[in-house]
Amino acid sequence: MNHNDPALQVLIDRVQSARAAGAQLCIRGGGTKDFYGEVPQGEPLDTRVLEGTSSYEPTELVVTTRCGTSLAELEALLAAQGQCLPFEPPHFGDPGLDTRARGATVGGMIAAGLSGPSRAAVGSVRDHVLGATLLNGQGEVMSFGGQVMKNVAGYDVSRLLAGSMGTLGVILEVSLKVLPVAPATLTLRMEMDQASALAQLNAWGGQPLPLNASAWWDGNLIVRLRGALAAVQAARATIGGQVVEPQFASPFWAGLRDHTDEFFEGAHTAVKGGASLWRLSLPSTAAPLALSGELLIEWGGAQRWLCSAMPAGAVRDAAAKAGGHATLFAALDKSPGAFAPLQSPLDRIHRELKKAFDPAGIFNPGRLYPGL
Amino acid sequence: MNAALPTSAAISIQARATRQAEVVAALAEMLPAHALLWHREDTIPYECDGLTAYREQPLVVALPETEAQVAAVLRACHRLNVPVVARGAGTGLSGGALPNAMGVTLSLAKFNRIVKIDPAARTAVVQCGVRNLAISEAAAPHGLYYAPDPSSQIACTIGGNVAENSGGVHCLKYGLTLHNVLRVRGFMVTGEAVEFGSEALDCAGLDLMTVLVGSEGMLAVTLEVTVKLVPKPQLARCIMASFDDMRKAGDAVASVIAAGIIPAGLEMMDKPMTAAVEDFVHAGYDLDAVAILLCESDGTPEEVSEEIARMEAVLRDSGATRLSVSADEAQRLKFWSGRKNAFPATGRLSPDYMCMDSTIPRKRLADILLAIQQMETKYGLRCANVFHAGDGNLHPLIMFDANDADQLHRCELFGADILETSVQMGGTVSGEHGVGIEKLSAMCVQFAPEEREQMMALKRAFDPKELLNPGKVIPSLARCAEYGKMHVRRGLLPFADIPRF
Repeated sequence: MNHNDPALQVLIDRVQSARAAGAQLCIRGGGTKDFYGEVPQGEPLDTRVLEGTSSYEPTELVVTTRCGTSLAELEALLAAQGQCLPFEPPHFGDPGLDTRARGATVGGMIAAGLSGPSRAAVGSVRDHVLGATLLNGQGEVMSFGGQVMKNVAGYDVSRLLAGSMGTLGVILEVSLKVLPVAPATLTLRMEMDQASALAQLNAWGGQPLPLNASAWWDGNLIVRLRGALAAVQAARATIGGQVVEPQFASPFWAGLRDHTDEFFEGAHTAVKGGASLWRLSLPSTAAPLALSGELLIEWGGAQRWLCSAMPAGAVRDAAAKAGGHATLFAALDKSPGAFAPLQSPLDRIHRELKKAFDPAGIFNPGRLYPGL
Repeated sequence: MNAALPTSAAISIQARATRQAEVVAALAEMLPAHALLWHREDTIPYECDGLTAYREQPLVVALPETEAQVAAVLRACHRLNVPVVARGAGTGLSGGALPNAMGVTLSLAKFNRIVKIDPAARTAVVQCGVRNLAISEAAAPHGLYYAPDPSSQIACTIGGNVAENSGGVHCLKYGLTLHNVLRVRGFMVTGEAVEFGSEALDCAGLDLMTVLVGSEGMLAVTLEVTVKLVPKPQLARCIMASFDDMRKAGDAVASVIAAGIIPAGLEMMDKPMTAAVEDFVHAGYDLDAVAILLCESDGTPEEVSEEIARMEAVLRDSGATRLSVSADEAQRLKFWSGRKNAFPATGRLSPDYMCMDSTIPRKRLADILLAIQQMETKYGLRCANVFHAGDGNLHPLIMFDANDADQLHRCELFGADILETSVQMGGTVSGEHGVGIEKLSAMCVQFAPEEREQMMALKRAFDPKELLNPGKVIPSLARCAEYGKMHVRRGLLPFADIPRF
């Protein structure tokens, strides 16, 4: 990070004046995730002034890029070298536009910490963060982690930023581990009820198969194999089902990633009518939950989307009982809290960490939890 | 020594004895007599960890047997403002478990039970004192294993792995400890129970696991860990490639990655190391090679034969002078035997050696090796090198005789030079062994004062009284200022009179 960059100075000045005035800032890139978490508050701080990729060396498997960089542009840069962000970060935004025009940024990707269909197989956004530069609430620019695969020098603050919803500071720049695009991909579809699909996915998970993504919805199980050509071909025989041709399979997985797929289209409509879209994060082996509503299961059973009118308490209790948690992902009324409430002492650690990074409470107040 | 870490030599005998009596009396209320050690002859085994050059007498050693006892010890120490240093197998290489002269060493060795292996969920729940390799052994009947494999895996414990974010030879493909741990249950410094993560893939709020793993026992005390298990690959094969030029070997590493291959393991040894291990294991290594690369592929038999063919082509194009591919498991293990015995083999060449652990961008492999060769002349000491080449993580082994004070001093300067050169090349001072006490000064080079202060503030968010393993990982401002002065003496820093932090 060049500390003399005028764009960086603009951000530092905004933080310093907010600090002096006792104001609060709402850190924002393309605004594609405004709906996510608690309601954004504070004066907008547009991160897109700081954009561009500082370094990319394909043989190092590392890209270092600034917060305002368009996610679609970063992905295009990697694709030109046969590489990718293996965790498939969602783009969201206006489904009528292409991903570039929707405007998701790298900073937003890290702050939201969301990963796509391949997450269970390849790891999450945070697993691919190698380093980050942060602007904290004192207006200090600080770097943690680095551009190398292994680094245990000091606390791993850079990975803590993934999913922090901008509450710890402005994520200025990140270094990410990237991977080569796998040589072969194949999507298979089969009919199966929910309980059998969960059992089957967990059984396959225990075998050395190149299982990269899965989705179960409405009595259909769809799985994506990805890896060496020979491994994908061999696994096809083990798994069975019908091949979904690439021209249908690619948009399906992209739609699942960006929530433009049929299930999510229906969910968005239902949300406008007062229903809630829940994201349940559970142990993959959790038995089918006795909750009413439309259900789509990803990540081999570990991520379950539920569109339902059930009371928040019932959904959260069921998720907690199954060993996980439920996020109120999209709803007109988020009064039950976007994220599952924290128990002591985790709530105290959150408050103290917020104080450690942003003592004046400037950044994204209440976006993660009220009062934080 | 860090300014925050008092040594027993600097504390009056009377003050120490009084404090010791007070702490022993408090802990005797919650621990059976055999679980409380404070006589010098009983605490000697706890004076150091794998970094034996640094030793300290703990005030008291507590060996609790139940979780309730751990909580009670922590509560008592918190009340009395006594530092607590948690300890597993003591195999750490950076002095992370070095005792505090006025503190309690909390040995968690008795928590060595595998609680549950769940083959359907592919998880294992184990107590902190379970050995790394024991997890894979227990999972083996289900065709599963625990991926991170630090070289000390037969002895090191999972609690220590969590503290250090341990790696191993398969990190590039399978990740570090952080990537393979789902949940950690333990205690805050106050004795309050706490749980980080869950058996789901994420949890609500900030991802505290990211800072807990690798925090070297400074944020919380780990009692139980849930780890991910992964299916054992059906087959693994290894290529051994010789190079007559260090730069060609370094470029070969980059070329393998550039070809879109992520090897299961990619390791390098230089000529002195090859000679040392060949003499030790007689694996038939090429003694004429300037560098040897071990490049492994794992997966289904079809996948492995496809990948091995691609790797062979890349290595040949990169100028490999000799290539052999393991024909069977016995031969594969033979290829690896030298690499895995690099440390004991070095131990036979020299009375003492210091193992460094920095990481650099892969493309600088040849540069750093050549720089290390020059340092051998500069400091008058020999150095053999093994690398986790796939991750750019180097382990130069500097050979010296600890009985010769000047050699020890030169060895320390040599090591500091390697770390600083690594940072200059865009790397880091610790890839996988941790900072502990050993690399405190190097942290002054890698991090600015406000970055170090931010890390201290993070620690205080967990441990406001700074009682958990104080004086490790984050150097004090005073220490860094002192280190800066040492630099000036060595003439490395120009403009010695301008203010520095």
